[in-house]
Amino acid sequence: MSGETHYDAIIVGGGHNGLVCAAYLGTAGLKVLVLEAAAQLGGAAVTREFHPGYRASAVAHLLHLLHPRVIADLKLTQHGLAFAATDLPTTALLPDGDRLTLAADPAASRTALARFSPHDAEALPAFTERFNRLAAALGRFLLKTPPQISAAQWQDRRTLLEFALSLRRLGRRDMRELTRIIGMNAADLLDDNFESDALKGVFALDSVLGGFLGPKSPNSVFNLLYRAAGNVAGRQNGLIQPKGGMGAVTAALASAASAAGVELRTGAPVEWIRIADGRAVGVVLESGREISARHILSSADPRRTFLTLVGPEHLDTGFVRHVRGIHMNGCAAKIHLALDGLPEAWQADPEMTAGRLVVAPSIDFMERAFDDAKYGRVSEAPALEVTVPSLHDSALAPAGGHVLSIVAQFAPYQLRETVAEAARDQIAARVLAALGTVAPDLPDRVRAQEVLTPQDLERQFRLTGGHWHHGEMSLDQVFLLRPVGGFQQYRTPIDGLYLCGAGAHPGGGVSGAPGANAAREVLKDHKLPRAA
Amino acid sequence: MSEQYLRETPFHDRIAAVASAQSWERWQGHITAVTLGGMDREYFAIRNSASVYDVSPLIKYRITGADAARFVDRLITRDVARCAIGQAYYTPWCDDDGKVIEDGTLFRLGKADFLLNAALHNLHWLRDTAYGFDVTIEDVSAEIAGLSVQGPLAQTVLIAMGIGGLERLAHMRLAETRLDDRPMRVSRTGFTGDLGYELWIRPGDASWLWDRLMAAGALYNVLPIGSAALNHARIEAGFILVNVDFISATYALRPSQKRSPYELGLGWAVNLKKDGYFIGKRALLAERKAATPRRALVGLEIDGRKPAVDAFIYAGKREVGRTTSAIWSPTLKKNIAIASIAGDQALPGTELGIEIWHPKELKIERSMVGCRVVHRPFYDPPRKKA
Ligand SMILES: Cc1cc2nc3c(=O)[nH]c(=O)nc-3n(C[C@H](O)[C@H](O)[C@H](O)COP(=O)(O)OP(=O)(O)OC[C@H]3O[C@@H](n4cnc5c(N)ncnc54)[C@H](O)[C@@H]3O)c2cc1C
Repeated sequence: MSGETHYDAIIVGGGHNGLVCAAYLGTAGLKVLVLEAAAQLGGAAVTREFHPGYRASAVAHLLHLLHPRVIADLKLTQHGLAFAATDLPTTALLPDGDRLTLAADPAASRTALARFSPHDAEALPAFTERFNRLAAALGRFLLKTPPQISAAQWQDRRTLLEFALSLRRLGRRDMRELTRIIGMNAADLLDDNFESDALKGVFALDSVLGGFLGPKSPNSVFNLLYRAAGNVAGRQNGLIQPKGGMGAVTAALASAASAAGVELRTGAPVEWIRIADGRAVGVVLESGREISARHILSSADPRRTFLTLVGPEHLDTGFVRHVRGIHMNGCAAKIHLALDGLPEAWQADPEMTAGRLVVAPSIDFMERAFDDAKYGRVSEAPALEVTVPSLHDSALAPAGGHVLSIVAQFAPYQLRETVAEAARDQIAARVLAALGTVAPDLPDRVRAQEVLTPQDLERQFRLTGGHWHHGEMSLDQVFLLRPVGGFQQYRTPIDGLYLCGAGAHPGGGVSGAPGANAAREVLKDHKLPRAA
Repeated sequence: MSEQYLRETPFHDRIAAVASAQSWERWQGHITAVTLGGMDREYFAIRNSASVYDVSPLIKYRITGADAARFVDRLITRDVARCAIGQAYYTPWCDDDGKVIEDGTLFRLGKADFLLNAALHNLHWLRDTAYGFDVTIEDVSAEIAGLSVQGPLAQTVLIAMGIGGLERLAHMRLAETRLDDRPMRVSRTGFTGDLGYELWIRPGDASWLWDRLMAAGALYNVLPIGSAALNHARIEAGFILVNVDFISATYALRPSQKRSPYELGLGWAVNLKKDGYFIGKRALLAERKAATPRRALVGLEIDGRKPAVDAFIYAGKREVGRTTSAIWSPTLKKNIAIASIAGDQALPGTELGIEIWHPKELKIERSMVGCRVVHRPFYDPPRKKA
């Protein structure tokens, strides 16, 4: 039964991180096989048709974290990565029809904001500058392996030292500010700095996107920092619309991996990972086929990897306890609408419409939306992040038609009284209603819709809990503690088994960082003499 | 009086009726006797006739279900495949780091039916360890009462009482039997290192059993005992006690105070070759690869007669350890102790110094005497296993 070929490394899951990792390993000369369960590579970074002629980024839709070093190392531009639009503005759509556009150009934002609050207009640039500086200090660790605390290895000590130095380099005031705000809730931070609900609402949305938390929950500032740590196309915290949707990022990665000699197989779900004498030695596909390799890497989330693919019988009680305890109650639903035309008001302002549109009019609005989720209900009034990718990329919709790609918060994976089917209907109806309040002629233009609840995301994309980050990005689950304390260096309790997906440091989003970091650690071990 | 908040064991009425010493302590939420009428008499009953000790407060977990054997094998360090139905297994179980959570006795009642006897609560750990396994784990402590009958005449007394088949019951084996039409489980187990049995019954049958035993034992100087006498016997037998001779990994605050089976002299009870993974195996394999264990739990024979309670041990000027249990052994006529010492001092025959502080007429005196590492158990009469 053993495969005709022996691989140096098998990567379970051909999501973007699996592909990044594969490309690095392939480039280093390893013989690598990627096994993707779905018919399509990319995991949560794919473009797919949801209605005849209408295509959208099926899950992730805005690029803001893809690490510049990954782009450069893997020569992704040569492999076809192109951006349809960078520096997208964000526009808050307000219930009374009013709008607030925050653009890349500080002067424009200032003018727009002055109408809401002269104070905020003045305060925003300094706030943004400082916030981005603090986030950038954390950003230096996106592509680093977190150290072990009992740092016996000098490499670990160096990273710890660098961490301390990087904070020190911020200067005493910034360092104090970072330690002050890192565990704070966004509502307090925003209230301390601004007075306009419209502005605070935008930040409040960003502080909870992808998570099970409200702007008044701890960790919401950390979420903001994590978002702002990204720096793509030379702009920190900028938003990018990749040409061809998220699938184009995957296509470039797949091309880079293939060029590096990586073998990519789709429709190849791995059923379990074979452990022999405490070591991962291969994978068994659902088809029954078995393939062996020296290193096994999983980009599936940690719960799935350890509890399903490995199985608790190979793991220690405390470790299993920690893995079962990883918080991953996905709360973001994805909705795609096929329109036969844009709402009038949006047509009139193409620059705005081409950016990111958000429905999150205030902190309290966001918090109330979360209150529902807290008790296992779909938000009565969900907050929305909307893009119109077809404006940048006419290939995504038939002539005259448009695609709306919407992230809606909150539709919790863990429902209490609502059944999953009802939750899907509720989120669809409530998203349309919310859009109706800011663009009354929009609901009539909808020709078709696709609604993906966290349950759907779990089923279709194998995202456990439907979770955006493969595990909440909270201070108890990041850096030294990701996926669980003691195993932050991509290695697992099982020799020869590594994690290379969003469940590992630094976390989720289309960044490629976990994949790149994991590859580096595997290459270190690859050079060691083989265990007997 | 705090005692009134403690639960009484099923034997309490009978014990209280003869406990003239009124010396009580708490054991797992129960009120139990330290001594009933004098610890010396009770000790000599263990070694010279037969003693009766109420072990009802022991915590007992019933483990059943299709995966019961696989689960127990995952939990403990010994190989369950080699534990026959009707066999009792003394075994430690460890945490992720291969540090001992506790040691206890496992009864195999059936192919997929086990009873785990423990001194501490473990349900949380057992349930978490069972994640993904088809097993049911129940705390059945309150459903089983137990009496331990230990001493050279134990078998004679129980046979006289009418329990059949004891002659054939080997050391560390169990038998299910009936007496006066009441169910009884007999295990040839105990904590004294002597010939002995434990009788396990329904709590409602406690007074009946007590009366039957006392009637049958009258001729043989059968004596109910408390924990003080038992503790002397268990130290002679070299049995270790959780949270006395080592700190359970669950309770230790400092990682350095946790102990692996190897560090407790329980290496013989770790089967690294058994099929499948067991909790702590990775850590124990790694520990085995390293040289000598960091710490060792050893037996000491100490010069003089002063019990070396909480005494520091020295190799020259270097402090190398501390006693965890210490007594003057009346049977051996020796001053003995169980001690936790540095791994490099653990070889039997190693001569060390020990600093003993002992009270003398309201003064505390210090004496520095010699001691040597010896094999445990200190006392191991052939009748235990005969
Ligand atoms: C609604 C939503 C919106 C989002 N929006 C954005 C956004 O706008 N911008 C952004 O940057 N991020 C966004 N994210 C987050 C982002 O999509 C993910 O964090 C990221 O794609 C994770 O990448 P990954 O490669 O680590 O994992 P995944 O993309 O989940 O890839 C894992 C792969 O493993 C495969 N797999 C799993 N099990 C097996 C198995 N047994 N055998 C074989 N293959 C298997 C899966 O099929 C999948 O392809 C969003 C997430 C959600 C849920």
